[in-house]
Amino acid sequence: MAHVETLQKRMTFGELGLLITFGLLAFASIIIFARAWTPEYAFHALLFAAGSIAAVFAIGNRYLDRPAAPPPQTIDGKPNYNLGPIKFATIAAVVWGVAGFLVGLIIALQLAYPWLNLDLPWISFGRLRPLHTSAVIFAFGGNVLIGSSLYVVQRTCRARLAGDLAPWFVVLGYNFFIVVAGTGYLLGITQSKEYAEPEWYSDLWLTVVWVVYLLVYLATIWKRKEPHIFVANWFYLAFILTIAVLHLGNNATIPLSLFSPKSYIVWAGVQDAMVQWWYGHNAVGFFLTAGFLGLMYYFVPKRAERPIYSYRLSIIHFWALIFLYIWAGPHHLHYTALPDWAQTLGMTFSVMLWMPSWGGMINGLMTLSGAWDKLRTDPVLRMMAVSVAFYGMSTFEGPMMSVKAVNSLSHYTDWTIGHVHSGALGWVAYISFGAVYCLVPWLWNRPGLYSLRLVNWHFWISTLGIVLYVSAMWVSGILQGLMWRAYTALGFLEYSFIETVEAMHPFYVIRALGGLLFLVGGLIMAWNIWKTIVAVEPQSTSDSGQPALVPAE
Amino acid sequence: MADNKHEQIDTVTGKATTGHVWDGVSELNTPLPRWWLWIFYATIVWSVGYWIVYPSWPLVTSYTEGAFGWKSRVAVTQELDALRTQRAAIVSKLEGATPKEIADSPELLALARAQGRVAFADNCAPCHGAGGGGAKGFPNLNDDDWIWGGTFEDIEQTIRFGVRSVHDESRQGSPMPAFGRDGLLKNEEIEAVADFVRSRAGLQVDAKADLALGARVFADNCAVCHGEDGKGKREVGAANIVDAIWLYSPDRATIIEGIRNGRGASMPNWVGRLDDVTIKALTVYVHSLGGGE
Repeated sequence: MAHVETLQKRMTFGELGLLITFGLLAFASIIIFARAWTPEYAFHALLFAAGSIAAVFAIGNRYLDRPAAPPPQTIDGKPNYNLGPIKFATIAAVVWGVAGFLVGLIIALQLAYPWLNLDLPWISFGRLRPLHTSAVIFAFGGNVLIGSSLYVVQRTCRARLAGDLAPWFVVLGYNFFIVVAGTGYLLGITQSKEYAEPEWYSDLWLTVVWVVYLLVYLATIWKRKEPHIFVANWFYLAFILTIAVLHLGNNATIPLSLFSPKSYIVWAGVQDAMVQWWYGHNAVGFFLTAGFLGLMYYFVPKRAERPIYSYRLSIIHFWALIFLYIWAGPHHLHYTALPDWAQTLGMTFSVMLWMPSWGGMINGLMTLSGAWDKLRTDPVLRMMAVSVAFYGMSTFEGPMMSVKAVNSLSHYTDWTIGHVHSGALGWVAYISFGAVYCLVPWLWNRPGLYSLRLVNWHFWISTLGIVLYVSAMWVSGILQGLMWRAYTALGFLEYSFIETVEAMHPFYVIRALGGLLFLVGGLIMAWNIWKTIVAVEPQSTSDSGQPALVPAE
Repeated sequence: MADNKHEQIDTVTGKATTGHVWDGVSELNTPLPRWWLWIFYATIVWSVGYWIVYPSWPLVTSYTEGAFGWKSRVAVTQELDALRTQRAAIVSKLEGATPKEIADSPELLALARAQGRVAFADNCAPCHGAGGGGAKGFPNLNDDDWIWGGTFEDIEQTIRFGVRSVHDESRQGSPMPAFGRDGLLKNEEIEAVADFVRSRAGLQVDAKADLALGARVFADNCAVCHGEDGKGKREVGAANIVDAIWLYSPDRATIIEGIRNGRGASMPNWVGRLDDVTIKALTVYVHSLGGGE
């Protein structure tokens, strides 16, 4: 190689390795395309082939265009942060978010008005529901987590992201996974495990992407210029590491053939259920809780310009949280074939998890002391403060619902849906919106957002949406649970199942209205973000609009 | 950390920081909130107590069974037993009476309907409709037009063993042949007999319809099951096709579709899934819907 290339410019190991890898992957994908057992799988093979060929061209072009020397680690003594992949992830988060909210609204309407399934398999509730959950959790939430984590780790380590192509591989590879997973749901490809629906080949691809993500993250921390690791990075790291373990455990499947999308899980019966909910609950615990606590620990103090309330609380609640969370999964399987002892452990560890969860809420809210007045003037900070409040509410409600006596009423009802959405809309989405509103001006070097008034509109419309959604599901869920267990004086069921379904209808309509408001809020955000990005770049080339770096003393 | 020589005092709270700053973010060295810590301890103590009382920790081949040997399997059995005790008086009354006796006694009828209403809504309504009004292909149970009979015995037999179900004692009656698909009748014969049936049922038919051909086709092919007069034969489950009640639809296209491709609706057997008293209550309930014989 060296003889062909100019002396100054040489292909890096990463560039060459990725070129070869993607070349081979393209070749393999074309063979699989030709021999695939089903047209849906052939389509996915084609996607893989197209993606690989595009990657080969992109890497080649980039090599031809780039200067001989690798990007400098520092410029004028300041870290030369790598922001490109973060910009991509941020825009992807907004786009997927709006798409995910829209699909959520559609399936909410399908529940209220079943004819909206239109008798088309591709848009039936059964296929759109995983599309919604994956779009909001993994596409929206995942891009927020990946983007913000790659930003926070650089800023708080004062080090450029490790790797040259690797961060791009993580961000683009992850979004490719989203496309394969989402199109698969619509085409009917699923392994029928909640929140782990993608089939074996998508899982394998995600595993590679995720391991590279972990390595980029660890290597960046490794070369940090700060003596200590910032608290947000502990949470991000716990999230990345645990999700890797969960993903491998719950997707241990054996494919029928290289040419078939179908696979069978190695676990059986109640063990499979237990592994599924060990995964499912820790997707909540480590993806939706630990990961977003990472966001909170950076963006709340940053935006409030206040120190974090308590270092000691952060360290204690971090270790308590990650130790206790991993046990709590069996509370999803109360009153099932799962052995009683496992149900007991799931429940008690959930109850013990209450205070460790609240440690994050205390640290989030109390960090605002001395900055409460900003909630009046800064809707972005207000959004994040409300998110922490919703976090506190949901992490109280969760342990409460895990208590078997409560669970016997709440299980399988809409109460669970309400609980999930107070966490997902109130906590996860709001802390994400807050972080995106902070990040975009910083990333694109803008003096501020296009419009704070639009943020204010977003805040109030979405908050109204959440209140409608969550209260409708609480009422509906408790009503449903009470109707299911109601007996007449003679000892016969008071209501048939279909009567309980009829009773849900008005609440389903209210829920859809709440979802519509939340979607409108998301569209307002997308517009605001877009206008901020396309705004004329200011003259100043200061450090991306952020307050100047305060060096460690 | 308190003795960190870089620590600074936060001017707003007057508290010390840990002395570290990351990208402008520092941390106060605030102690753990007492209330937080005590509630955390309390949840741990409560959990330990719960582990002592209930089954909790796995051992090598067994698990700690808890102080009182509580088992969820036993608990659910007890709850079901309690329900059975509560229902015992009613159940014994219903068990000892025939469906006709139940229907004749206002007290027993009220009990059977109380049990039958929800049992019907949970098990039968998905096909027959919430009020038993039926749907296309699923008979209306409110009228007096019965495919397999509307006496107590007929209804109970149908519920118990089903229609063309997997049960050995299921009502069989060979399904209606696919006269068109299997080449038994020509297209013009099918259209003619459809017009003939519609005319016998008192429906409008086209002036050009060949009713004479239809009558011949009917006599040769249909009468064996549906009867010379078209009023159906219950022993083979052949519907009355000259009245105003239609299992599918009275429009010409639907009738032609049925003759061409055949019919043969089925219903599952409920014996083994519902207990005898529930089936009896359902029998009385369905009989009481309006068309019982």
